[in-house]
Amino acid sequence: MAELPKVNPEGLAKTYSGFGIPLILPAWIIIGFFLVIPVAMMLVYSFLTKEFRGGVIWEFSLSAYDQFFLYRGLFGDSPPVIEWTYISIFWRSIWQAGLATFCCLIIGFPTAWFIATRTGRNKTIWLFLITIPYWVNLLIRTISMKFLIRDNGPLNEFFLSIGLISEPFHIINTNFAVQLGLFYSYLPFMVLPIYAAVERYNFALSEAAADLYASRTVTLFKVILPTVKPGIVAGCILVFVPSLGAFLAPDLLGGAKNFMIGSLIEEQFKGAAGNWPFGAAASMILLSLVLIVLTFYARNQTRGQI
Amino acid sequence: MSTDKKISIDIQNVTKRFGAFTALNGVSLDIRDNEFFTLLGPSGCGKTTLLRLIAGFEEVTDGAIHLYGQNIADLLPNERPINTVFQQYALFPHMNVTDNVMFGLLRLGQDTSKAKARVLEVLELVRLSDFADRMPGQLSGGQQQRVALARALAPSPKVLLLDEPLSALDLKLRQAVRLELQQIQVQTGITFIFVTHDQEEALTMSDRIAVLEGGRVQQVGSAREIYEAPENKFVADFIGETNLIDVTVSNVEKGKGSCVLPGGAQIICSAAEGALVGSGHLSLRPERIKITASGKGMLEGKAVRHIYLGTDLHIEVSLTSGSHVTVRMQNSTQIKIPNVGQSVGLDFEASSARLLVD
Amino acid sequence: MYTKNVDLRHFTGFKSLTLLCLFLLYAPLIIVMVYSFNDSNSITRWNTVSLRWYYDLFYGVDAPKFKTAAINSVSIAVMAAISATVIATMAATAMLRAGRFRGKSVSFALINLPLMVPEIVTAVATLIFFSAIGFTTGYLTILIAHIVFCIPFAYLPIAARMQGIEDVYEQAAQDLYATRFQAFRLILLPLMAPGIISGFLLAFIISLDDFIITNFVKGAGVETLPTVIFGAVKQGIKPNIMAISTLLLAVSVGFVALSYFVGRMGEKSNPTTTKQGD
Repeated sequence: MAELPKVNPEGLAKTYSGFGIPLILPAWIIIGFFLVIPVAMMLVYSFLTKEFRGGVIWEFSLSAYDQFFLYRGLFGDSPPVIEWTYISIFWRSIWQAGLATFCCLIIGFPTAWFIATRTGRNKTIWLFLITIPYWVNLLIRTISMKFLIRDNGPLNEFFLSIGLISEPFHIINTNFAVQLGLFYSYLPFMVLPIYAAVERYNFALSEAAADLYASRTVTLFKVILPTVKPGIVAGCILVFVPSLGAFLAPDLLGGAKNFMIGSLIEEQFKGAAGNWPFGAAASMILLSLVLIVLTFYARNQTRGQI
Repeated sequence: MSTDKKISIDIQNVTKRFGAFTALNGVSLDIRDNEFFTLLGPSGCGKTTLLRLIAGFEEVTDGAIHLYGQNIADLLPNERPINTVFQQYALFPHMNVTDNVMFGLLRLGQDTSKAKARVLEVLELVRLSDFADRMPGQLSGGQQQRVALARALAPSPKVLLLDEPLSALDLKLRQAVRLELQQIQVQTGITFIFVTHDQEEALTMSDRIAVLEGGRVQQVGSAREIYEAPENKFVADFIGETNLIDVTVSNVEKGKGSCVLPGGAQIICSAAEGALVGSGHLSLRPERIKITASGKGMLEGKAVRHIYLGTDLHIEVSLTSGSHVTVRMQNSTQIKIPNVGQSVGLDFEASSARLLVD
Repeated sequence: MYTKNVDLRHFTGFKSLTLLCLFLLYAPLIIVMVYSFNDSNSITRWNTVSLRWYYDLFYGVDAPKFKTAAINSVSIAVMAAISATVIATMAATAMLRAGRFRGKSVSFALINLPLMVPEIVTAVATLIFFSAIGFTTGYLTILIAHIVFCIPFAYLPIAARMQGIEDVYEQAAQDLYATRFQAFRLILLPLMAPGIISGFLLAFIISLDDFIITNFVKGAGVETLPTVIFGAVKQGIKPNIMAISTLLLAVSVGFVALSYFVGRMGEKSNPTTTKQGD
């Protein structure tokens, strides 16, 4: 049978050419107006003065960023001292997000590998099983985690009843609880990209390596991992970025002591204690961090390193 | 020759560029009314592009296309009374056969009952009357192709374009459908423009053939004209098999060339327009060469290989001048077959040779 | 050559980790579901199976609050999903069927932008925007914000489906005297229907489930189901929270499953490839 040539020599469907711009316009309007402009406004707000009881006074001021980084203003009497509170919150968020990413990777990689190496219908079933929890509302999932690990919750009840401990494990409102929450929220995001990469992995490579006397561990590290790296990187990004800006896990599971960026920002917009420019500034910093990570990733993609 | 035949499609010096790539370069063709016209050529020669230009899916970069005298360059595909049978058939998957065939008629404003009657008529023509209610997914390839044909014929277009419609069918079916298509063309009187890369198809079905390569028309003519009198190496080689023999041309006059064969023999044979004095090539079909005793033929050589093909035997002969020639013999008990290694002479009639444009 | 008894795909412990993983993912949800049927005032002591808390949801003290919130959530989700689906369909047609046009590559980034900006940043920016232009926060602001982030979610299945449909069908339609609009309406749209429905369902559930953005832009007067649940949890987890959580859980899973199966069904009933041979 002869090879069927492409219907379109240019490979570009242009049935409705000429209508491209009118068709894409609504998307541009909605997203442009209600996301791009708001983000721009947020940038502007971060340079304004705070109004008592929330809101802003339209007066240029660097005080938001100032407050973020420094204890006493650049323009104060004494020399500026670095304000660590907020930076430490950011630092802790990065650390928490990183740790959550790491945990997701440790558990997610073997899981993705296992599922991808199942055969036929089993593979689909396993995949289904892994992704169904994700379909549940994030709030519900976080609440159920909270319910589970609270001091008089089922988990502690269980441990008490079998005599493992004499006092309830105080898990809630700790760093560990937040970790658990982040892990629980974003694990499927790690599993799926790795699964996709492993699925495409050519097992003939493993056979070639075995033929050359490589042990399975060596094969894993020297042959498989490099090939599957794109999936791993994608998974890490998909976990790290949302974890960085997470709100529900730290708020419901971490309590007041485990502030992350998300909680910090949320606080600025609640009632009288709020500081809108400061919240805007913190959001800008978070956004910048995320954009840096994403740009880095995109650059590596196009350069073919990943 | 008088050409009082009406021209249906007039392609005037058409060029089509896709960015830096030139798909068609100064193509001019006259396609006559009620003709079965074939565009023949290898992949990438531009034949499908030309078809799409006629249908209206691409715009010409340069040149004009006229339909019965009317310039159709500015018309959208749905404004041209030209229909296409697509290579992948492109039957609408969510409609049954009747709705598919009726589609064009309804868009033209015909009312449903008249359209349905016409559908039955056309399905009768392609012998698929029993399949009116089936869905495309339930049809075989050959049946889908016939529905595609019916769908394109139903609106009674002025010209029907067929884009390699037989390439997805297996051999036996292809041969049967070829005959059917010819009959339908005669019956309906519609001009068919048929695109294919299969020269056997072109030769058996067409009134006239245009051979394309590299975006240009290499030759236009009937099957016999193209086979017997190729203009250049490409056409000679692409259509059927041929031997290309190096010759020295001493004179070209009035469509005839005087050539000196390797080995010294001289002949006068027909020459393609544009053949020049000096070194040139003769096209000689394998079936026109006779093997005779060594020393008695116009060319001299040694049989080096037998290729057994059932009905035929191809003998590869290595000429003393160095090049190879293939001779086609019938696998008959009466003709003596030269052994491998045997010296032979090759004979042919001057009218069988043709001097080509280099 | 000696036989290897090694399965190159198998690594010890991977299966156990996977099972552990699944256990970790399902345990909290299952426990919530189980406890929602617990007939006991305390949420930790197990009594007997009962639908008491579900009853309480619908007829108890908090019922009106939940009911209003549910109505808000569903109505916003329906409208946001419809709008997002329409916009996404038009956008997909532009990106996949309209050849080249100015700003096409930027458009792709734009459509995906809501997915790339962290939710909390979107929430803050939206709040600031509405405040700056003096638009009172409430039902309408929630709706608008939802439409924005629903667009990429609707876009994904719609574009995927459209990409799988070769444009030769629309060309055939035009060849048979259909205008481009008719080709779109009679050929492309029906063939794309599973993708559009799938996109709608996905957008619906994304809108229904949203918390962070909704919380920010809702102002004081309006509540949706997630925000009302969150507020209740802040006051301590009551059993009826378990019940509403289970309900919402079931709805989410049901909708996504529906979206998936509709998409799959579409593929089977309208195959867009031709059979070969005879």
